[in-house]
Amino acid sequence: MNVITQFSLLSRVLHWLMAASILVMLFIGLFMASSVGPHYHRLVTIHRPLGIAILVLALLRLANRLRTPAPLLPAEFPPLLKLAARASHVLLYMLMIALPLVGWGMLSAGGYPIPLWGQSVLLPPILPHDPTMWAWLRSAHTVLAFALFGLVLAHIGAALFHGLIRRDGVLQSMTGGGNTSNATGIGKTS
Amino acid sequence: MATKSSGPPGVALRWAGVVAAPAALALGFLWAGGGFSPHRVTQDRLMSEMHASGSYGHGFRRRHAKGVCVGGWFDASGTAAHLSDAAVFRERHVPVVGRFALAVGQPDVADNPATVRSMALRFMPPDAPEWRTGMNDPPVLALRDARDASDQFLTQRIDPSTGKPDPASMNGFLTNHPWLQKAADEIAHRFVSSGFADDTYHSLDSFLLVASDGAKTPVRWAMVPAQSVAPADERTGDPNYLFRNLVAEIHEHPLQWHLMMTLAGAHDAVDDPSQIWADDDRQIDAGTLTLATVESEDGGPCTGISFDPLALPPGIVPSADPILQVRSAAYMRSFFLRSGETRGPSAVSPVMTATPGQVEGKRS
Repeated sequence: MNVITQFSLLSRVLHWLMAASILVMLFIGLFMASSVGPHYHRLVTIHRPLGIAILVLALLRLANRLRTPAPLLPAEFPPLLKLAARASHVLLYMLMIALPLVGWGMLSAGGYPIPLWGQSVLLPPILPHDPTMWAWLRSAHTVLAFALFGLVLAHIGAALFHGLIRRDGVLQSMTGGGNTSNATGIGKTS
Repeated sequence: MATKSSGPPGVALRWAGVVAAPAALALGFLWAGGGFSPHRVTQDRLMSEMHASGSYGHGFRRRHAKGVCVGGWFDASGTAAHLSDAAVFRERHVPVVGRFALAVGQPDVADNPATVRSMALRFMPPDAPEWRTGMNDPPVLALRDARDASDQFLTQRIDPSTGKPDPASMNGFLTNHPWLQKAADEIAHRFVSSGFADDTYHSLDSFLLVASDGAKTPVRWAMVPAQSVAPADERTGDPNYLFRNLVAEIHEHPLQWHLMMTLAGAHDAVDDPSQIWADDDRQIDAGTLTLATVESEDGGPCTGISFDPLALPPGIVPSADPILQVRSAAYMRSFFLRSGETRGPSAVSPVMTATPGQVEGKRS
Protein backbone atom coordinates (compact mmCIF):
# COMPACT_ATOMS: atom_id res chain seq x y z
CA MET A 1 0.00 0.00 0.00
CA ASN A 2 3.01 2.30 0.28
CA VAL A 3 2.79 4.18 -3.00
CA ILE A 4 4.18 7.35 -1.40
CA THR A 5 7.54 8.46 -2.65
CA GLN A 6 9.51 11.33 -1.26
CA PHE A 7 9.51 14.90 -2.45
CA SER A 8 12.68 15.73 -4.36
CA LEU A 9 15.59 17.12 -2.36
CA LEU A 10 15.07 20.56 -3.94
CA SER A 11 11.38 20.50 -2.98
CA ARG A 12 12.25 19.55 0.58
CA VAL A 13 14.96 22.19 0.94
CA LEU A 14 12.60 24.86 -0.42
CA HIS A 15 9.81 23.68 1.87
CA TRP A 16 11.81 23.78 5.10
CA LEU A 17 13.60 27.02 4.22
CA MET A 18 10.26 28.66 3.60
CA ALA A 19 8.67 27.05 6.66
CA ALA A 20 11.30 28.66 8.87
CA SER A 21 11.17 32.02 7.03
CA ILE A 22 7.39 32.23 7.11
CA LEU A 23 7.11 31.40 10.80
CA VAL A 24 9.81 33.95 11.68
CA MET A 25 8.11 36.46 9.38
CA LEU A 26 4.67 35.99 10.96
CA PHE A 27 6.09 36.45 14.45
CA ILE A 28 8.11 39.52 13.47
CA GLY A 29 5.10 41.01 11.70
CA LEU A 30 2.73 40.60 14.59
CA PHE A 31 5.29 41.72 17.14
CA MET A 32 6.28 44.88 15.28
CA ALA A 33 2.70 45.84 14.40
CA SER A 34 1.82 45.84 18.09
CA SER A 35 5.05 47.41 19.28
CA VAL A 36 6.55 50.90 19.47
CA GLY A 37 10.04 49.75 20.42
CA PRO A 38 12.75 49.13 21.45
CA HIS A 39 13.17 46.54 18.68
CA TYR A 40 10.59 48.04 16.34
CA HIS A 41 13.01 49.55 13.83
CA ARG A 42 15.26 46.49 13.69
CA LEU A 43 12.26 44.23 13.09
CA VAL A 44 10.87 46.46 10.33
CA THR A 45 14.32 46.43 8.75
CA ILE A 46 14.32 42.60 8.74
CA HIS A 47 10.66 42.30 7.70
CA ARG A 48 11.10 43.92 4.26
CA PRO A 49 14.02 41.85 2.84
CA LEU A 50 12.69 38.65 4.43
CA GLY A 51 9.33 39.27 2.76
CA ILE A 52 11.00 39.76 -0.61
CA ALA A 53 13.08 36.60 -0.02
CA ILE A 54 9.87 34.66 0.67
CA LEU A 55 8.30 36.07 -2.51
CA VAL A 56 11.30 34.96 -4.60
CA LEU A 57 11.41 31.53 -2.93
CA ALA A 58 7.65 31.09 -3.38
CA LEU A 59 7.89 31.82 -7.11
CA LEU A 60 10.83 29.40 -7.45
CA ARG A 61 8.87 26.84 -5.52
CA LEU A 62 5.76 27.28 -7.62
CA ALA A 63 7.81 26.74 -10.78
CA ASN A 64 9.44 23.69 -9.21
CA ARG A 65 6.08 22.32 -8.08
CA LEU A 66 4.56 22.72 -11.55
CA ARG A 67 7.54 20.92 -13.14
CA THR A 68 7.99 18.04 -10.72
CA PRO A 69 4.90 16.10 -9.64
CA ALA A 70 4.34 15.73 -5.88
CA PRO A 71 3.83 12.29 -4.31
CA LEU A 72 0.20 11.20 -4.37
CA LEU A 73 -1.81 10.94 -1.19
CA PRO A 74 -2.61 7.33 -0.17
CA ALA A 75 -5.32 5.87 -2.41
CA GLU A 76 -7.54 5.02 0.54
CA PHE A 77 -7.43 8.61 1.87
CA PRO A 78 -11.04 9.97 2.05
CA PRO A 79 -11.88 12.10 -1.02
CA LEU A 80 -13.11 15.00 1.09
CA LEU A 81 -9.79 15.19 2.95
CA LYS A 82 -7.95 14.92 -0.36
CA LEU A 83 -9.91 17.91 -1.60
CA ALA A 84 -9.15 19.83 1.63
CA ALA A 85 -5.47 18.97 1.29
CA ARG A 86 -5.38 20.17 -2.32
CA ALA A 87 -7.32 23.38 -1.60
CA SER A 88 -5.18 24.24 1.44
CA HIS A 89 -1.99 23.83 -0.59
CA VAL A 90 -3.29 26.05 -3.36
CA LEU A 91 -4.23 28.66 -0.73
CA LEU A 92 -0.80 28.40 0.91
CA TYR A 93 0.89 29.13 -2.43
CA MET A 94 -1.46 32.03 -3.10
CA LEU A 95 -0.80 33.60 0.30
CA MET A 96 2.97 33.08 0.13
CA ILE A 97 2.97 35.12 -3.06
CA ALA A 98 0.20 37.60 -2.20
CA LEU A 99 1.40 38.68 1.25
CA PRO A 100 4.80 40.08 0.16
CA LEU A 101 3.18 41.74 -2.87
CA VAL A 102 0.49 43.36 -0.68
CA GLY A 103 3.20 44.53 1.74
CA TRP A 104 5.26 46.01 -1.09
CA GLY A 105 2.16 47.52 -2.67
CA MET A 106 0.92 49.09 0.54
CA LEU A 107 4.25 50.86 1.21
CA SER A 108 4.20 52.06 -2.42
CA ALA A 109 0.67 53.42 -2.07
CA GLY A 110 1.61 55.02 1.27
CA GLY A 111 4.37 57.01 -0.43
CA TYR A 112 7.05 55.46 1.79
CA PRO A 113 10.60 54.89 0.63
CA ILE A 114 11.08 51.10 0.68
CA PRO A 115 14.65 50.26 1.73
CA LEU A 116 15.44 46.65 0.92
CA TRP A 117 19.02 46.43 2.06
CA GLY A 118 20.71 49.12 4.14
CA GLN A 119 19.62 52.60 3.11
CA SER A 120 20.92 52.64 -0.46
CA VAL A 121 19.13 49.66 -2.03
CA LEU A 122 15.50 50.73 -2.43
CA LEU A 123 12.61 48.86 -3.99
CA PRO A 124 10.72 50.80 -6.66
CA PRO A 125 7.04 51.48 -5.96
CA ILE A 126 4.68 49.00 -7.64
CA LEU A 127 1.56 51.12 -7.12
CA PRO A 128 0.85 54.84 -7.47
CA HIS A 129 0.85 56.99 -4.31
CA ASP A 130 -2.72 56.71 -2.99
CA PRO A 131 -3.41 56.94 0.78
CA THR A 132 -6.86 55.30 0.51
CA MET A 133 -5.26 52.36 -1.26
CA TRP A 134 -2.51 52.30 1.40
CA ALA A 135 -5.10 52.02 4.21
CA TRP A 136 -6.97 49.31 2.35
CA LEU A 137 -3.85 47.26 1.62
CA ARG A 138 -2.56 47.73 5.16
CA SER A 139 -5.78 46.13 6.45
CA ALA A 140 -5.56 43.39 3.82
CA HIS A 141 -1.96 42.67 4.89
CA THR A 142 -3.16 41.94 8.44
CA VAL A 143 -6.13 39.82 7.36
CA LEU A 144 -4.04 37.77 4.93
CA ALA A 145 -1.30 37.30 7.52
CA PHE A 146 -3.79 35.87 10.02
CA ALA A 147 -5.24 33.65 7.28
CA LEU A 148 -1.74 32.39 6.46
CA PHE A 149 -1.04 31.73 10.13
CA GLY A 150 -4.29 29.75 10.46
CA LEU A 151 -3.43 27.72 7.35
CA VAL A 152 0.08 27.04 8.64
CA LEU A 153 -1.35 25.73 11.91
CA ALA A 154 -3.82 23.51 10.03
CA HIS A 155 -0.98 22.35 7.76
CA ILE A 156 1.19 21.37 10.75
CA GLY A 157 -1.76 19.66 12.44
CA ALA A 158 -2.54 17.72 9.25
CA ALA A 159 1.09 16.71 8.78
CA LEU A 160 1.22 15.41 12.35
CA PHE A 161 -2.12 13.64 11.81
CA HIS A 162 -0.51 11.80 8.89
CA GLY A 163 2.64 11.12 10.88
CA LEU A 164 1.24 10.17 14.26
CA ILE A 165 -2.30 8.92 13.71
CA ARG A 166 -2.49 7.51 10.19
CA ARG A 167 1.24 6.79 9.91
CA ASP A 168 0.82 6.61 6.17
CA GLY A 169 4.21 7.98 5.12
CA VAL A 170 2.85 11.39 4.01
CA LEU A 171 4.81 13.25 6.72
CA GLN A 172 7.97 11.33 5.82
CA SER A 173 7.60 12.33 2.18
CA MET A 174 8.60 15.84 3.31
CA THR A 175 10.79 15.15 6.35
CA GLY A 176 12.94 12.84 4.28
CA GLY A 177 12.98 10.14 6.93
CA GLY A 178 12.26 7.39 4.39
CA ASN A 179 8.85 6.09 3.53
CA THR A 180 8.73 3.09 5.83
CA SER A 181 10.47 4.25 8.97
CA ASN A 182 8.57 5.86 11.80
CA ALA A 183 10.43 9.08 12.41
CA THR A 184 8.48 10.01 15.52
CA GLY A 185 9.43 7.05 17.63
CA ILE A 186 5.95 6.98 19.14
CA GLY A 187 4.19 3.63 18.97
CA LYS A 188 5.60 0.69 17.12
CA THR A 189 6.40 0.46 13.43
CA SER A 190 4.67 -2.03 11.19
CA MET B 1 -7.13 1.90 7.60
CA ALA B 2 -3.50 2.73 7.89
CA THR B 3 -3.79 3.48 11.60
CA LYS B 4 -2.09 0.91 13.71
CA SER B 5 -3.65 -0.01 17.03
CA SER B 6 -1.45 0.56 20.05
CA GLY B 7 -4.11 0.83 22.74
CA PRO B 8 -6.08 3.84 24.03
CA PRO B 9 -3.22 5.50 26.02
CA GLY B 10 -0.94 5.40 22.98
CA VAL B 11 -3.63 6.87 20.74
CA ALA B 12 -4.38 9.64 23.22
CA LEU B 13 -0.69 10.49 23.45
CA ARG B 14 -0.36 10.61 19.68
CA TRP B 15 -3.44 12.83 19.33
CA ALA B 16 -1.93 15.09 21.98
CA GLY B 17 1.16 15.27 19.79
CA VAL B 18 -0.94 16.31 16.79
CA VAL B 19 -2.58 19.12 18.75
CA ALA B 20 0.41 20.26 20.80
CA ALA B 21 2.57 21.77 18.05
CA PRO B 22 -0.10 24.03 16.49
CA ALA B 23 -1.36 24.97 19.97
CA ALA B 24 2.15 25.95 21.09
CA LEU B 25 2.58 28.10 17.96
CA ALA B 26 -0.80 29.74 18.52
CA LEU B 27 0.21 30.61 22.09
CA GLY B 28 3.50 31.98 20.80
CA PHE B 29 1.61 34.09 18.29
CA LEU B 30 -0.64 35.41 21.04
CA TRP B 31 2.48 36.31 23.01
CA ALA B 32 4.02 38.14 20.04
CA GLY B 33 0.86 40.20 19.72
CA GLY B 34 1.06 41.24 23.38
CA GLY B 35 -1.62 38.87 24.65
CA PHE B 36 0.40 38.01 27.74
CA SER B 37 1.87 41.45 28.34
CA PRO B 38 -1.04 43.75 29.25
CA HIS B 39 1.39 46.53 30.19
CA ARG B 40 3.15 46.66 26.83
CA VAL B 41 2.85 50.05 25.16
CA THR B 42 1.38 49.05 21.82
CA GLN B 43 0.54 51.16 18.77
CA ASP B 44 -3.17 50.62 19.40
CA ARG B 45 -2.76 51.69 23.00
CA LEU B 46 -1.06 54.96 22.07
CA MET B 47 -3.80 55.65 19.50
CA SER B 48 -6.60 55.03 22.01
CA GLU B 49 -4.83 57.11 24.65
CA MET B 50 -4.55 59.97 22.17
CA HIS B 51 -8.22 59.56 21.34
CA ALA B 52 -9.10 59.74 25.05
CA SER B 53 -7.02 62.91 25.36
CA GLY B 54 -9.12 64.66 22.74
CA SER B 55 -7.49 63.69 19.45
CA TYR B 56 -10.20 64.22 16.84
CA GLY B 57 -9.37 61.61 14.21
CA HIS B 58 -11.84 61.47 11.28
CA GLY B 59 -9.17 61.53 8.61
CA PHE B 60 -6.86 63.96 10.42
CA ARG B 61 -3.47 63.27 11.96
CA ARG B 62 -3.75 62.04 15.54
CA ARG B 63 -1.29 64.74 16.59
CA HIS B 64 -0.23 67.88 14.72
CA ALA B 65 -3.77 67.82 13.31
CA LYS B 66 -4.03 71.48 12.25
CA GLY B 67 -1.56 72.30 9.53
CA VAL B 68 -0.73 73.68 6.12
CA CYS B 69 1.45 72.43 3.26
CA VAL B 70 4.50 74.35 2.04
CA GLY B 71 6.98 73.81 -0.77
CA GLY B 72 10.44 74.98 -1.68
CA TRP B 73 14.01 73.77 -1.87
CA PHE B 74 17.18 73.22 0.12
CA ASP B 75 20.64 74.46 -0.84
CA ALA B 76 23.51 72.69 0.91
CA SER B 77 26.39 74.83 2.10
CA GLY B 78 28.72 71.85 1.79
CA THR B 79 30.09 72.27 5.31
CA ALA B 80 28.34 69.11 6.58
CA ALA B 81 29.42 66.97 3.61
CA HIS B 82 32.59 65.76 5.37
CA LEU B 83 30.42 64.46 8.25
CA SER B 84 27.67 62.82 6.20
CA ASP B 85 27.40 61.11 2.85
CA ALA B 86 23.79 62.23 2.40
CA ALA B 87 23.14 63.83 -1.00
CA VAL B 88 21.17 66.61 0.65
CA PHE B 89 24.38 67.95 2.29
CA ARG B 90 26.20 68.48 -0.99
CA GLU B 91 23.52 69.22 -3.60
CA ARG B 92 21.86 72.51 -4.48
CA HIS B 93 18.18 73.17 -5.01
CA VAL B 94 16.91 69.87 -3.58
CA PRO B 95 13.08 69.95 -3.83
CA VAL B 96 11.29 70.05 -0.47
CA VAL B 97 7.67 69.44 0.52
CA GLY B 98 6.86 70.51 4.04
CA ARG B 99 4.17 71.12 6.57
CA PHE B 100 3.69 73.56 9.42
CA ALA B 101 1.35 72.47 12.19
CA LEU B 102 0.17 72.94 15.73
CA ALA B 103 1.14 69.93 17.84
CA VAL B 104 -2.34 69.11 19.05
CA GLY B 105 -4.94 66.50 18.13
CA GLN B 106 -7.74 68.91 17.15
CA PRO B 107 -7.75 70.16 13.54
CA ASP B 108 -9.99 73.14 14.42
CA VAL B 109 -8.18 74.35 17.53
CA ALA B 110 -7.85 78.14 17.79
CA ASP B 111 -4.29 79.39 17.20
CA ASN B 112 -2.52 80.17 20.44
CA PRO B 113 1.09 81.32 20.78
CA ALA B 114 1.70 78.87 23.63
CA THR B 115 0.83 75.81 21.53
CA VAL B 116 3.84 73.84 20.33
CA ARG B 117 4.46 74.46 16.60
CA SER B 118 6.06 72.02 14.23
CA MET B 119 7.82 71.98 10.89
CA ALA B 120 7.97 68.70 8.96
CA LEU B 121 10.05 68.30 5.81
CA ARG B 122 10.55 65.84 3.00
CA PHE B 123 13.78 66.40 1.05
CA MET B 124 13.64 64.79 -2.38
CA PRO B 125 16.99 64.82 -4.20
CA PRO B 126 16.26 63.66 -7.75
CA ASP B 127 19.08 61.09 -7.78
CA ALA B 128 19.23 59.84 -4.17
CA PRO B 129 16.94 58.44 -1.46
CA GLU B 130 14.69 60.97 0.25
CA TRP B 131 14.91 62.28 3.81
CA ARG B 132 11.99 63.06 6.12
CA THR B 133 12.12 64.90 9.40
CA GLY B 134 9.61 66.29 11.86
CA MET B 135 10.71 69.09 14.17
CA ASN B 136 9.05 70.97 17.06
CA ASP B 137 9.78 74.43 18.42
CA PRO B 138 10.65 73.52 22.05
CA PRO B 139 14.37 72.78 22.42
CA VAL B 140 13.82 69.44 24.20
CA LEU B 141 11.14 66.79 24.57
CA ALA B 142 9.79 66.00 28.04
CA LEU B 143 9.66 62.29 27.22
CA ARG B 144 12.34 59.65 27.43
CA ASP B 145 10.70 56.47 26.15
CA ALA B 146 7.44 54.77 25.16
CA ARG B 147 6.33 54.38 28.76
CA ASP B 148 6.71 58.12 29.38
CA ALA B 149 4.73 58.85 26.21
CA SER B 150 1.92 56.54 27.24
CA ASP B 151 1.87 57.93 30.79
CA GLN B 152 1.73 61.47 29.48
CA PHE B 153 -1.18 60.75 27.15
CA LEU B 154 -3.00 59.17 30.10
CA THR B 155 -2.60 62.30 32.20
CA GLN B 156 -4.00 64.38 29.32
CA ARG B 157 -7.14 62.25 29.23
CA ILE B 158 -10.22 64.44 28.96
CA ASP B 159 -12.35 64.37 32.11
CA PRO B 160 -15.95 63.97 30.80
CA SER B 161 -17.37 66.14 33.62
CA THR B 162 -15.22 69.18 32.79
CA GLY B 163 -14.34 68.51 29.15
CA LYS B 164 -10.71 69.19 30.06
CA PRO B 165 -7.77 67.18 31.36
CA ASP B 166 -7.55 67.00 35.14
CA PRO B 167 -4.88 69.56 36.20
CA ALA B 168 -4.02 67.50 39.29
CA SER B 169 -3.14 64.48 37.22
CA MET B 170 -1.03 66.63 34.86
CA ASN B 171 0.96 67.90 37.82
CA GLY B 172 1.13 64.36 39.14
CA PHE B 173 2.84 63.29 35.93
CA LEU B 174 5.97 65.27 36.76
CA THR B 175 5.89 64.10 40.39
CA ASN B 176 5.91 60.53 39.10
CA HIS B 177 8.45 61.29 36.38
CA PRO B 178 11.00 63.51 38.16
CA TRP B 179 13.58 62.80 35.44
CA LEU B 180 11.48 64.91 33.06
CA GLN B 181 11.21 67.93 35.40
CA LYS B 182 14.20 69.75 33.94
CA ALA B 183 12.95 69.36 30.37
CA ALA B 184 9.44 70.45 31.38
CA ASP B 185 10.87 73.61 33.00
CA GLU B 186 12.93 74.34 29.92
CA ILE B 187 9.85 74.04 27.71
CA ALA B 188 7.67 76.12 30.07
CA HIS B 189 10.20 78.96 30.09
CA ARG B 190 11.20 78.85 26.44
CA PHE B 191 11.21 81.92 24.26
CA VAL B 192 8.02 82.00 22.18
CA SER B 193 8.27 83.74 18.83
CA SER B 194 5.52 85.67 17.08
CA GLY B 195 4.61 83.02 14.52
CA PHE B 196 5.62 80.14 12.29
CA ALA B 197 7.97 82.21 10.14
CA ASP B 198 10.33 83.41 12.89
CA ASP B 199 10.32 80.19 14.89
CA THR B 200 13.18 77.73 15.42
CA TYR B 201 12.35 74.04 14.99
CA HIS B 202 14.36 71.31 16.72
CA SER B 203 14.92 67.68 15.76
CA LEU B 204 14.46 66.77 19.46
CA ASP B 205 15.87 63.28 18.86
CA SER B 206 19.52 62.67 18.07
CA PHE B 207 20.84 61.04 14.92
CA LEU B 208 24.23 59.91 13.70
CA LEU B 209 25.78 61.43 10.61
CA VAL B 210 27.82 58.85 8.72
CA ALA B 211 30.77 60.05 6.66
CA SER B 212 32.04 58.27 3.54
CA ASP B 213 34.79 56.64 5.63
CA GLY B 214 32.15 55.30 8.04
CA ALA B 215 32.92 57.75 10.85
CA LYS B 216 29.81 58.52 12.90
CA THR B 217 29.00 61.87 14.48
CA PRO B 218 26.06 62.19 16.89
CA VAL B 219 24.02 65.32 16.13
CA ARG B 220 20.81 67.15 16.74
CA TRP B 221 19.63 69.72 14.24
CA ALA B 222 17.46 72.79 14.18
CA MET B 223 15.93 75.02 11.50
CA VAL B 224 16.87 78.56 12.56
CA PRO B 225 14.98 81.39 10.83
CA ALA B 226 16.80 83.85 8.57
CA GLN B 227 13.86 86.21 9.11
CA SER B 228 14.09 88.66 12.01
CA VAL B 229 12.60 87.21 15.18
CA ALA B 230 9.96 88.91 17.32
CA PRO B 231 8.43 87.73 20.59
CA ALA B 232 4.81 86.55 20.62
CA ASP B 233 2.40 89.45 20.97
CA GLU B 234 -1.23 89.72 21.91
CA ARG B 235 -3.58 87.21 20.34
CA THR B 236 -5.98 88.59 17.83
CA GLY B 237 -9.58 87.41 17.63
CA ASP B 238 -8.82 85.41 14.50
CA PRO B 239 -8.63 81.69 15.40
CA ASN B 240 -6.32 81.08 12.43
CA TYR B 241 -4.04 84.11 12.78
CA LEU B 242 -0.80 82.12 13.03
CA PHE B 243 -1.53 80.32 9.77
CA ARG B 244 -2.95 83.44 8.10
CA ASN B 245 0.24 85.35 8.93
CA LEU B 246 2.41 82.52 7.61
CA VAL B 247 0.47 82.43 4.34
CA ALA B 248 0.72 86.22 3.94
CA GLU B 249 4.47 86.17 4.62
CA ILE B 250 5.18 83.40 2.11
CA HIS B 251 3.11 85.23 -0.51
CA GLU B 252 5.12 88.35 0.18
CA HIS B 253 8.55 86.73 -0.13
CA PRO B 254 10.11 83.26 0.32
CA LEU B 255 10.97 82.38 3.90
CA GLN B 256 14.36 80.95 4.81
CA TRP B 257 15.88 78.86 7.57
CA HIS B 258 19.43 77.67 8.25
CA LEU B 259 19.81 73.98 9.00
CA MET B 260 22.08 74.13 12.04
CA MET B 261 23.74 70.84 12.99
CA THR B 262 24.79 70.65 16.63
CA LEU B 263 27.61 68.15 17.20
CA ALA B 264 27.35 66.25 20.48
CA GLY B 265 29.96 67.21 23.05
CA ALA B 266 31.62 64.77 25.41
CA HIS B 267 28.91 65.03 28.07
CA ASP B 268 25.80 65.24 25.90
CA ALA B 269 23.18 62.47 26.20
CA VAL B 270 22.69 61.12 22.69
CA ASP B 271 19.92 58.61 23.35
CA ASP B 272 17.68 60.73 25.58
CA PRO B 273 15.69 63.61 24.01
CA SER B 274 14.75 64.95 27.46
CA GLN B 275 18.36 65.93 28.17
CA ILE B 276 19.53 69.37 27.14
CA TRP B 277 22.88 69.57 25.39
CA ALA B 278 25.73 71.84 26.44
CA ASP B 279 25.67 75.48 25.27
CA ASP B 280 29.20 75.38 23.84
CA ASP B 281 28.67 72.48 21.40
CA ARG B 282 30.08 73.00 17.93
CA GLN B 283 27.49 74.05 15.36
CA ILE B 284 27.58 73.75 11.59
CA ASP B 285 25.38 75.60 9.11
CA ALA B 286 24.54 72.71 6.74
CA GLY B 287 22.52 74.77 4.28
CA THR B 288 19.53 76.98 3.64
CA LEU B 289 15.89 75.98 3.39
CA THR B 290 13.73 78.21 1.23
CA LEU B 291 9.95 77.90 1.39
CA ALA B 292 8.22 79.73 -1.44
CA THR B 293 4.78 78.16 -1.83
CA VAL B 294 1.93 77.43 0.54
CA GLU B 295 -1.15 75.28 0.01
CA SER B 296 -4.09 74.07 2.07
CA GLU B 297 -3.92 70.47 3.24
CA ASP B 298 -7.10 69.94 1.25
CA GLY B 299 -5.45 68.59 -1.88
CA GLY B 300 -1.99 69.73 -0.80
CA PRO B 301 1.16 67.66 -1.34
CA CYS B 302 1.92 67.12 2.38
CA THR B 303 -1.38 65.45 3.28
CA GLY B 304 -0.92 61.96 1.91
CA ILE B 305 2.43 61.23 3.51
CA SER B 306 3.74 60.53 6.97
CA PHE B 307 6.80 62.47 8.14
CA ASP B 308 8.37 59.34 9.57
CA PRO B 309 11.60 60.38 11.34
CA LEU B 310 13.16 57.02 10.42
CA ALA B 311 12.79 57.65 6.67
CA LEU B 312 16.50 58.46 6.43
CA PRO B 313 18.89 58.58 3.46
CA PRO B 314 22.33 56.92 3.41
CA GLY B 315 24.57 59.16 5.53
CA ILE B 316 22.10 59.63 8.40
CA VAL B 317 21.24 56.79 10.80
CA PRO B 318 19.03 56.77 13.90
CA SER B 319 20.54 56.98 17.36
CA ALA B 320 19.41 54.50 20.01
CA ASP B 321 16.93 57.11 21.30
CA PRO B 322 13.74 55.05 22.01
CA ILE B 323 11.44 57.97 21.14
CA LEU B 324 12.49 57.74 17.48
CA GLN B 325 10.95 54.29 17.23
CA VAL B 326 7.87 55.38 19.16
CA ARG B 327 7.38 58.21 16.68
CA SER B 328 7.99 56.03 13.61
CA ALA B 329 5.57 53.32 14.75
CA ALA B 330 2.90 55.75 15.99
CA TYR B 331 3.08 57.93 12.84
CA MET B 332 2.59 54.87 10.66
CA ARG B 333 -0.41 53.73 12.68
CA SER B 334 -1.90 57.24 12.64
CA PHE B 335 -1.33 57.45 8.87
CA PHE B 336 -3.05 54.08 8.41
CA LEU B 337 -6.06 55.09 10.52
CA ARG B 338 -6.58 58.51 8.97
CA SER B 339 -6.10 57.25 5.41
CA GLY B 340 -9.03 54.88 5.86
CA GLU B 341 -11.35 57.60 7.15
CA THR B 342 -13.43 60.26 5.46
CA ARG B 343 -11.90 63.63 6.12
CA GLY B 344 -13.68 66.93 6.54
CA PRO B 345 -12.36 70.30 5.32
CA SER B 346 -9.19 71.68 6.88
CA ALA B 347 -9.29 74.81 9.05
CA VAL B 348 -6.67 76.33 6.77
CA SER B 349 -8.74 76.18 3.60
CA PRO B 350 -7.69 76.55 -0.04
CA VAL B 351 -9.35 80.00 0.00
CA MET B 352 -7.05 81.08 2.83
CA THR B 353 -3.90 79.90 1.06
CA ALA B 354 -4.80 81.26 -2.39
CA THR B 355 -2.55 83.96 -3.76
CA PRO B 356 -3.92 87.46 -3.08
CA GLY B 357 -5.82 88.82 -6.02
CA GLN B 358 -7.08 85.40 -7.03
CA VAL B 359 -9.68 85.43 -4.28
CA GLU B 360 -12.23 88.05 -3.44
CA GLY B 361 -13.73 88.14 -0.01
CA LYS B 362 -10.55 87.26 1.82
CA ARG B 363 -11.25 87.96 5.46
CA SER B 364 -9.30 90.77 7.03
